[in-house]
Parts: sequence; C-alpha cells; structure tokens
Amino acid sequence: MAQTEAPKYFDLIKNGIFKENTIFRLALSLCPSIAVTNNLRNGVLMGTAVLFVQVMVNITISLMRDFIHPRIRLPIFMLVISGWVTVTDMTMAAFAPEAYKQMGLYIQLIVAFASILARAEMFASKNTFVPSMFDGIGMGLGFLFALTIISFFRELLGKGSLWGLQIIDAKPLLIMILPAGGFFAVGILMGFFNWLSVKYEKKGL
Amino acid sequence: MEFSKIFELIVAASLINNFVFTRFLGLCIFFGVSKKMETAVGMSITFTAVMMISAALSWLIFTFVMVPLDITFLKIIVFIGVVAGFVQASDTVMRKISPGLYYKLGIYLALISTNCIILAVPLINAGERYSFIESLAFALGSGLGFALALVIMASIREKLELADVPAAFKGLPIAFIATGLIALAFAGFSGLIKL
Repeated sequence: MAQTEAPKYFDLIKNGIFKENTIFRLALSLCPSIAVTNNLRNGVLMGTAVLFVQVMVNITISLMRDFIHPRIRLPIFMLVISGWVTVTDMTMAAFAPEAYKQMGLYIQLIVAFASILARAEMFASKNTFVPSMFDGIGMGLGFLFALTIISFFRELLGKGSLWGLQIIDAKPLLIMILPAGGFFAVGILMGFFNWLSVKYEKKGL
Repeated sequence: MEFSKIFELIVAASLINNFVFTRFLGLCIFFGVSKKMETAVGMSITFTAVMMISAALSWLIFTFVMVPLDITFLKIIVFIGVVAGFVQASDTVMRKISPGLYYKLGIYLALISTNCIILAVPLINAGERYSFIESLAFALGSGLGFALALVIMASIREKLELADVPAAFKGLPIAFIATGLIALAFAGFSGLIKL
C-alpha cells in the first residue's frame, strides 16, 4: 500500500466502526446481535464470521463488477453472499462443532443480512479491489466491535464471567443472559452511542 | 399424523418459541414496520401468507430434488433463491391481477425478501426433517407469532410517541427496552408444552 493513500483506507475502516456502525448507528442486522451475544466467545465468533463474509463478498463483487449486468445484479449478489456463507457455515461446523450447535442457524442466516448486501450494492459494485476490501474490513470490524461490547456486558453481568472464566464472585443478574436482557443491553448501548454522538457534535468534532 | 401434534407445533412456534421474542429473528422488519398499527397489520397478513407458501415450496424442493440428488449442503443458496424468486413473482402477479391489493400490501412484499424469518423457517424445517403438514403448521405458527409480536409492539409504540423519553433514548433505543419487557412476559410461556 502506498504511503500517501494510507489515511484514506484508515478513514474507510473508521467509517465502518463508528460513523456507520451497522448495529448502533444503522440498526441493521439486529437479529444475531441479540441471539448469540449471551457469552463473549459466541459474540466474537459470530463477529469474525460476519467480518470474513463481508470482506470476501466485497472482494468478489469488486472483481466481478465489470461482468455483472446491472439489471440482474441483486440476484448475483445474493448468490455470491450465500456462496460465502455456505463456506463459513461448513468451516464452522467442521472446526468449532460445539459453538456451531448453539449458533448454526444464525450463521446460515448471515445470508439475509441487509448490511452485507447494502455494502456490496453501495460500495463494492462501484469501487476497485483495494478500497472494497478495506470497506469490508471496516464494516466487519464495526460489527465485531458491537457484538463484542454487547456480549462482554451480558456475560459479565449475567454470569459473572468472561470467556468462560469466572471473574465476579457474586450472584449474577440472571436476566442479562435471558432473551429479554439482550434487548435491554442493545437498547441501553444504542442510547449511549446516541448520547455520545450528540455530545461530540456539540463540540464540533 | 394426529391433530394434537399439529396444534402443539402451531402453539409452540407462535408463543413458546416466538421468533421475535425468543429466537430474535426478523428484528429489522419488526422495528421497521411496528411504528403504526395499520402497517403492522398489513405486514402481518402478507408475511403469514408468504411464509406458508415459501415453506411449502422449499419443502417440496428439499424433499424431491435436493435429498435424492444429495445436495443438501446447498440448502442456503437454494432456499434464498426460492424465497426471493417467489416474492418477486408474487409481486409481479399481484400487480397485474389485483392492483388494489398490490397498493395495500405491495410495499411489504419487497421488504419481506430481506427478512430472516422467511429464510429461517425452511432451514429449520429442513433441519428438523418435518413432514409436509408439520412444515406448514410450523410456518403458520411462526407467521401468527410474528403477527402477534408486531401488533403488540405497534400498539405500544403508538403510545410511546407521546411519552416524554430522554433525548438519547428516543426512537429505537426505547423500542428495544420495551421489547425486552415484552420478551420477559413471553418467557412465561416456556414450559407450556413439552415437545
């Protein structure tokens, strides 16, 4: 990568993590953000799977964009996405069977993520290989970041542990690992991020 | 196939394993269309119909094409193709045959193809190896459950518009917390039926 272009790629990544964070700012792809985040390990695994799919889809689309006729582009994008999701799905089933048992369905449903299709449509189909790759990394990292935060709080409060290790030796708030807790966690974090962005805008940053 | 098994499946899919509150699927649509009662009802009707038909279609394809050919590992690709194709087709057919209905429900059709529940139902049907009738019952139950969730949420959010909520929590965050409270209530249904 040329030195002069580095800031631009950095901006692309930053954009994905903060300004257009899939979960907190755009409120897309919410299903897994609650379903798999009751412990940190699952949250990170899910985030990584999405990161992988997003980057590979962006790369594939940006390489193929000259061959895809605009009128049939959406079905083609869906095919590319579901192809990569199948790859991820089978890899997880082979290498992490324990986690796969809990979240297999949600891995398969990455196909229906609006955010991945949206990035393919809005970015990768108009840009070349390298920017698309960085855009994919940024969006994927943003998602991973969001899932990590949510699952961090839910496991810490709900089980008193992190990554399966016991940390707090007290009676945990069971509600945080129940389904309802997921909604509370996402709602509160979303409010927090709103508050942050309002505060920064006031400062003119 | 006795009747009670089917009834159990419908109740289980709509109340105990409600897609929105215990499986967390279709949240994007759920939060998107639950602002007004009218759109919520329209969405529910369209959704249940599309769900049942696409479950039937994908069951037929899965059982008679994919299992004999031993290509079940392609189920994600095939199901998304079936669902998206069916939604697109019904969009076109509806516009030609009954424009009135199309103006009422057409916009929801376009939204439905991005809904994860519509894909999850065939995937679960295939995973659990349900029979044809069982698949239909499961799809019906899921559709009813989603409709119930939408209507509950829409009625809450219409009131929420008037409430004085902290600025940072306006809109989606407070909707999430309200959903959490409903989910807590739905947790009470677990254990109603042992499957």
